[in-house]
Amino acid sequence: MSIRARPELYLLVTLAVLCLGLSTASPEFLTPGNLLDLLRNYSLLGVLALGELVVLISGGIDVSFMAVATVAQYVMGSFIATYQVPSAPLGLGLAVLVGMILGIGNALLISATGVHPVIVTIATLNLNYGILIFITGGRWIHNLPVAFLNFGQQNIWTGTTSEGTVYGLSNLTVMWLGLLLLTWWILKYTIWGRWIYAMGGNPEAARRAGIDLVRTRLLVYRYMGGLSGVAAFIQTQLTQMVQTNALVGRELDVLAAAILGGASITGGSGTVWGATLGVLIVAVIRNGLILLKVSSYLHEVVIGCVLAIAAAVAALYRLGPTTRGTRELPT
Amino acid sequence: MEAARGRWKRSAPCSLSPLTMRTPLLRAHNLRKQYGGVVALAGVDLELWPEEIHGLVGENGSGKSTLVKILTGVVRPDPGAEIWIQGSRFSSLTPSDALRLGIQVVHQDLSLFPNLSVAENIGIHLHLHHKFLVRWPQVRELARTVLARIGIQLPLDEPVGELSIADQQLVAIGRAIASSARLLILDEPTSSLTRRDVDRLFAVLRDLRAQGMAILFISHRLDEVLEIVDRVTVLRDGGRVGTFDRREVDRQALVRWMTGRNVVRSAPAHTTGGEVILEVVNLTKRGQFERISFTLHRGEILGLIGPRGAGRTSLAVALFGLNPPDFGEIRIRGRPTRIRSPEDAVRHGIAYVPEDRLLQGVVARQSVVNNLLVTSFPQVLNHLGLIDLSRRRTLTGEAVDRFSIRAPSIEAPVQTLSGGNQQKVAMAKWLLTRPEVLILDGPTVGIDVAARETIYGLIRELAGEGVGIVLITDEVSEVLGIAHRILLMQRGRIIGVLENKDLQEQDLLSRLRSA
Repeated sequence: MSIRARPELYLLVTLAVLCLGLSTASPEFLTPGNLLDLLRNYSLLGVLALGELVVLISGGIDVSFMAVATVAQYVMGSFIATYQVPSAPLGLGLAVLVGMILGIGNALLISATGVHPVIVTIATLNLNYGILIFITGGRWIHNLPVAFLNFGQQNIWTGTTSEGTVYGLSNLTVMWLGLLLLTWWILKYTIWGRWIYAMGGNPEAARRAGIDLVRTRLLVYRYMGGLSGVAAFIQTQLTQMVQTNALVGRELDVLAAAILGGASITGGSGTVWGATLGVLIVAVIRNGLILLKVSSYLHEVVIGCVLAIAAAVAALYRLGPTTRGTRELPT
Repeated sequence: MEAARGRWKRSAPCSLSPLTMRTPLLRAHNLRKQYGGVVALAGVDLELWPEEIHGLVGENGSGKSTLVKILTGVVRPDPGAEIWIQGSRFSSLTPSDALRLGIQVVHQDLSLFPNLSVAENIGIHLHLHHKFLVRWPQVRELARTVLARIGIQLPLDEPVGELSIADQQLVAIGRAIASSARLLILDEPTSSLTRRDVDRLFAVLRDLRAQGMAILFISHRLDEVLEIVDRVTVLRDGGRVGTFDRREVDRQALVRWMTGRNVVRSAPAHTTGGEVILEVVNLTKRGQFERISFTLHRGEILGLIGPRGAGRTSLAVALFGLNPPDFGEIRIRGRPTRIRSPEDAVRHGIAYVPEDRLLQGVVARQSVVNNLLVTSFPQVLNHLGLIDLSRRRTLTGEAVDRFSIRAPSIEAPVQTLSGGNQQKVAMAKWLLTRPEVLILDGPTVGIDVAARETIYGLIRELAGEGVGIVLITDEVSEVLGIAHRILLMQRGRIIGVLENKDLQEQDLLSRLRSA
């Protein structure tokens, strides 16, 4: 019962075991430098997993966010580069705006057609990305102003090891943490969040209770779109340029992390802690494989195994100790 | 009217003004609804008083659901209708009118959020009234007050999906009360409750009645209707047969009014002395059932009655190979047999029609013909292993005729059929395999009186042909009406085997309750 209610506990233990194992296998792993780098590099997937989590809780699914982020990244990048805008917040705001607009498009399409969101967002993934590539020819943007790019290089706090190596808590990581808290707060303490859980749990009952499903869906996909915009900004800061082909294709990493974290694809359940732990587990495994110098061809195999095991464990405790056909137990 | 009210008037709780006591909570006149050429409701009157539990009975298609939809504002009645509620006159209601006036429905599916806590389910409407931020203390406080009012203790933070169906039902009622219901409409509230849970539900309803609430109680289970209501309105073919005081009616009369004909409960024929076809010896599955022994003869209808949770279904699925027992023996025609899968069971001539029709009994979205043939597919293949369309049609046609399955066409999805016809499909599919033992789990749950009679007729006919039938039910009148012998099951054990001769309903009821 306690495990069923708190899959996060499982994940936390898994993460701890992984960290423990890696720290004995590789002395580099448990250094502040490595861990803080990890958090910086995975802030992209972390932010997107928060958005996908909200979509999954509502009973939907979104696979278009990487295309949305790419479009947002390009619009932001060309604006910043063309006018040599030195302001990171302005760029962030623009990317979020573009993301939200495309997210609203997703919501409207799903509500208007009644088609399953996976189909709709596959369509918008291709549409958004296809149009972008058609117009831009897949051009990269390199000439971003240094004042803009500095944001991602700066730390909010910096430390030095005894050997003199500098490490720090990146602005990007702080953004991820901030959005984590924001998402948690929205889901738990605002009526929007509760509508989202209600709609995911039983859409018909939500409708009968007077919850506006179209409006709730709009909130959900707009939020996902907004976070895709944030991700676009983070990706630009990480790579210091806009690459039109860097994001699309990585959708499943985000979905996998959210589902690994306990979100159900049938809707209604999932927490920000679970989704974040899901991202961290994937991050630590990949980082560990690199530190252990495992062939990069094997990385995907290992990640695949982890997901398969996680799915099996989830299925086991969802079924519980009873087996098929024996719903009725003596009282 | 005053006199009629007096008969079931109870002592007035102080919270109600004398004015509310003297006027009905709701008076509806000439409710009529026509869809295209079909008359769903043909000018029905209804009067509901505070402190009244009012039964609404009628067969499927008699207009009950249309009536409820009009009262809740989902459907507009045709012009000419009058609805008086607390002194205001309406010609039709909107959903928000209905909510504002305190009309709340607990749907059969309960419309709860399984992923949300008890407290939040009860206080869900606060999420619509609160401005942006959820005030959790207020949500919990409301839930606590409501549960105290109906005298029930439930863990406030437990997800509703983890509760029993009975507790979920109380949460749904609690939610209606939390939205200040004055008229509570319950649609088939007992269809999945155990007898003990029904008692608890009824205690809650009586309590609410004493607090001044009007309750419209819709059910197919006439025994329970008669047990709880003060008055009962009978609908037939969209019209009102009448509204009767509880003391004026009995089960027979209700059935007569609902169906328009006399359904006589035929006493079951004597037990056939046929060969023992199934024998179960000491069958045990720990935690589910223990030392179950019984015999089933050819042509015998064996009633297996007991409350939900007694292990009836666990036992049935064990016989069908879905729930391997720990030890004990199953003998078929005297020979010890291991049944480890449904395939084994079918090979040994055992068929099982589960209780949950839509989820387990039929493939709801598939056509009637595909459902019927799913068990006997090889029979319609030609020598090339391809489907022989004419054989497919003949076989289906025979089954449809024999079971008088009413469907728009054999290609219609099963989910478009009425509950009774769905059940006939679920049974017919197995009968095409010519089973020797047929296990029926709750074959009439949620099915109206006329369709029930057809199903009973079918069961008798099958028994007449030599099929041994195990009939699982929790309705006493059902086993008394049809079974030759009755097994009483309680807490995983068989506590008695009775010959259905000179058995009285009351005796059986009290044996079940005392156990």
